[in-house]
Formats: sequence, structure tokens, C-alpha cells
Amino acid sequence: MAELVREYLERIKKYDREINSFLTVAEESAFEKASRADEALETLGEAALRRYPLLGVTVAFKDLFLTRGIRTTAGSKVLESYVPPYTATVVERLEKAGCILIGKTNCDAWAHGASGENSDFGPTKNPWRPEFVPGGSSSGSAAAVAANFSLLSFGTDTGGSIRQPANFCGVVGLKPTYGAVSRYGIIAMASSLDSVGHFTRTVNDSRAVFEITKSEDKKDSTLKSGEGVKPKGKIRLGIPREYFVAGLDKEVEKSVLAAAQVFKKEGVELVEVSLPHTKYAISVYYIIQPAEVSSNLGRYDGIRYGNGRNSFGAEAKRRIMLGTYVLSAGYYDAYYLKAMKVRSKIILDFEQAFDHVDAILAPVSPTPPFALGEKADNPLQMYLADILTVAGNLAGIPGLAIPSGFTKNGLPLGFQLLGPRFSEETLFSLGELYQESSDYRPKTAF
Amino acid sequence: MSKLTKEEVEHVVKLAKLSISDQELEKYLKQLGEVVNYIGELNEVDTEDTEPTSQTTGLENVTRADELTPQQSLTDESALSGTEAVHNGYFKVEAILTERADK
Repeated sequence: MAELVREYLERIKKYDREINSFLTVAEESAFEKASRADEALETLGEAALRRYPLLGVTVAFKDLFLTRGIRTTAGSKVLESYVPPYTATVVERLEKAGCILIGKTNCDAWAHGASGENSDFGPTKNPWRPEFVPGGSSSGSAAAVAANFSLLSFGTDTGGSIRQPANFCGVVGLKPTYGAVSRYGIIAMASSLDSVGHFTRTVNDSRAVFEITKSEDKKDSTLKSGEGVKPKGKIRLGIPREYFVAGLDKEVEKSVLAAAQVFKKEGVELVEVSLPHTKYAISVYYIIQPAEVSSNLGRYDGIRYGNGRNSFGAEAKRRIMLGTYVLSAGYYDAYYLKAMKVRSKIILDFEQAFDHVDAILAPVSPTPPFALGEKADNPLQMYLADILTVAGNLAGIPGLAIPSGFTKNGLPLGFQLLGPRFSEETLFSLGELYQESSDYRPKTAF
Repeated sequence: MSKLTKEEVEHVVKLAKLSISDQELEKYLKQLGEVVNYIGELNEVDTEDTEPTSQTTGLENVTRADELTPQQSLTDESALSGTEAVHNGYFKVEAILTERADK
């Protein structure tokens, strides 16, 4: 195992100067964990893999996950030297399952962004083509798996921050049902939307990791152990017409429709569905999310740890201001309450669609990866990049982003599967069906 | 919906305990104005008979027994580990009260 860790660390040293996917590399503790994994193998033999189902799997965490004794920055100068005194539930569970923590990954500061360019520690580059963005906000985690710096990585998805970078980097990304995975010890962005998921190279790996992370921990009171409805008989897959509108890139559209044909060939029934309030999702999201952001970031006063509020970057300031505005006296009803009501309509859209279909197939992002700097000066344009992912967060449903090929310019393409709450099992089955049927071979960028 | 004004931006800056330069104020006024303008589209949606959603778990009043174990709390040392401004085992903070001038 020490050799394995050495290989990964060497790759990181050699290539990550350019990609910038890691903020902290945990070299010493990785070697220590590796030798413990070796010991377990030696003393327990095959039984070690039963006791530690992810024995020797390297894992990288978005720098939002608290790791006791290892610096955790949230990608922000506010926490540039913060060393947490406790560890997130998910990190603990992974380590208990035998994983080797290899480092902490770069992200848009406080998870605010869709490109990685809002990190206070410099942008992460797309490993396939470094002049393009890797997506965000879990930029470094997606890039690290695409660049084979780690076999597994973790992120958070509040409005698409796992699915979109997975899509841009050509890896598998799971956003679980809201409330399925503990958020204890993970720096909060927007508490009614945040969900904790992971990046892997295959759907099958994603399933194995979810087995470890899901279920209650007696610490996060929003957790629930849910049993999703399993499809009876022939699986029906919905194609939502509102996700294929003007502005959708032709190559993206073509690749999603090609994926639909793969499912059809496998005997899945394709059904056109309608989610009429989709076009309002971005407005609802950009009211509710900044409102919750402004509240969650209120605690960073620089007194007990971290630097003062002057250290917030431009995007954090924008969201704090926007959130404070929509919650302030005289505007609460017009914006916040209104958004909470339209949120109910978006949820109802999904519930009605799921009366007819077991899951939904849709594009993740309206375009393939865009160039670094392309949207950096226009916050509204950057916000619109989330247009196809935010509705899933507002409804609290799971989403699985799956790669499906490349554009003619060599940039990753893919699609997402969305299902009813706690339908991860169905999404994994569909994802595995797709990867088997299309004879998918995971590739790394270099 | 009304247009975002400079005064409103200054007001939220104060409410949120931020500080921004005049130059930033101009920039944020423009950028946030565009966003506020965009989200105003929600007015089109009829929500007369719609209940608001604040969360999606359906859980209510999740409680546990009011018992504490040492593992559930940080030691003094851990709790204070994030700052150097410590005095006698307490956080040292800036004074928030000043002496009355009329005394």
C-alpha cells in the first residue's frame, strides 16, 4: 500500500502544480494509514476486505470537510490557517472502512461557484484541457479523480456542485437524497439544500461508497434512513422537455439523446415528461441559497478562529449581501417567502412526473466546459450555468452524473439521472446498465 | 419589483457586518441589481394557494436525551486551539462597550 500511496503522491507532485486540485496533501498521514492497511492485510488476510470494505482506497476531500489536525480552508482566506479540532462523520466512516486520506481539494470559496474560479487559492484547471474550467464548486475533487490523483473523492452539492464538475471532468458524481448522508463536520453553505456525495470512476464504485456514507449518525438531525420505491416491471425513464430548450449546446443534446437510445436498447421505456416550473428554479435557488448562505456565514467573525470578515472574497460578499437583502425587512415576503412557495411548485412537478416514470434523464449543464475567465466577470451568467441542476436540490432528490463521451474538442460530455427521494438504488442500477451496455471504460485525463 | 438602490446596498453591507470600498459599491450595485432584476420573474407565478417549503425531509422535532458524554464536547484546549488571543482560558475579544463620556 505504501507503494500505491507513493505512486499517487508522485503523480500529484508532477502534475498538480498545473491542475491545482489540492490545497493540502496529507503525505505523512497517508503513509501511516498505508502501513496500517498493510498490517491489516498481513494479519487478517482475505478477511481484511470484509472488515474494511474500502481497504487501501485513496480518498481526497473537498476542503469543506473537517479533518482533525489537517488544515481545512473552505477555499477561503478567512480559514487559511484553520486546523479543526474534530472530524466530519463521513471522513471518520471512510477511514474506518479502510480508506487512505491523501489530501484536501481546492474548491470555489465556501462552495460558491460553478467553475472553481472563486477559490481564494487560485482556480483548478480541467485535467483534459487546462485552459478550460473543471466546473464547480467541488472542482479539485472532480479534477483529482479525472487526473488519477486519487481513486475516490468527496464533494458537496448545493446547486449542482458535484454533478456539474463530474460532468465537466468526465467522472461519475453522486448527489444523494437530501438527508441521506451526514453533514456533521462539513462547513455549511445552504442548509436546506446541501448534500454530501462523491466522485468515482464507475457507477459500481459509487454504489459501494454510498453503502458506507449513508444512514444516521445521531449528530446531524436532518438525517433519515429512507427506503426508496423500487421500479416494478419494466423501468420507465422520463425525458423532461423543459431540459431540452433553446441555449442547450448541440453536442450536449446529441450525447444525452444518444444515452437515451442506449437505455431503450436495453428495454427501458422512454417517456416524455413535463416539469413546467423548471424555468423558475434558478430564481428560487438564487433567493433561498444566498439567504441561507448569509445566515451560515454570519458566524465567521474571526474571534474564536479564522480571520475577520474583511477576508471574504468577492463572491462570498455578493451572496451575503444578496441573502441579507432578500431576508431584510420589507423584502422577506416579496422574495424569500415567494421563493419558498415556488419551491413547492417545483417539488410538485417532480412528484407528478415520478407518478409516471422511475427516473429522469437530463443534461447536467447547458454547455460543455467553458474557458477559464469566460464568465468570471459576470455573476448572473455564472449563476445561469446551474440552470439544469438546481431543481434537484430544491426538491431534495438524488442525482447521478455519468460521463458519456467527448466533444469534438476533446472535452467531456455526460448526462444526469434524477429519481424520487431515496431512489439511489434505481439510479445505480440504471447507471450500471448504461456503463455495461455501452462497454464503458473509465479513462483518466493523462 | 423596484430597482436596487445604492442606499439599499449600503444598508445590507451594514446589516451583514461587511465593509466595502466605494469602488466595490458601484460594482456590486450593478451586479446585484442584475440578479435582483432577474429573480423578480417569480412574480409571474401564481402562488395564491401554495404553501411554502422550508425543507424536504418531512422530519419534525428530532430530539435526543439531554445527556452529555465527554466525547460529545471539545476540551478547553481544543476549543481554544483556533486563536492566539486567549486570556486565563477564555477567548480575548475587542471591547464592545466604551466608558460614558458624561460621567
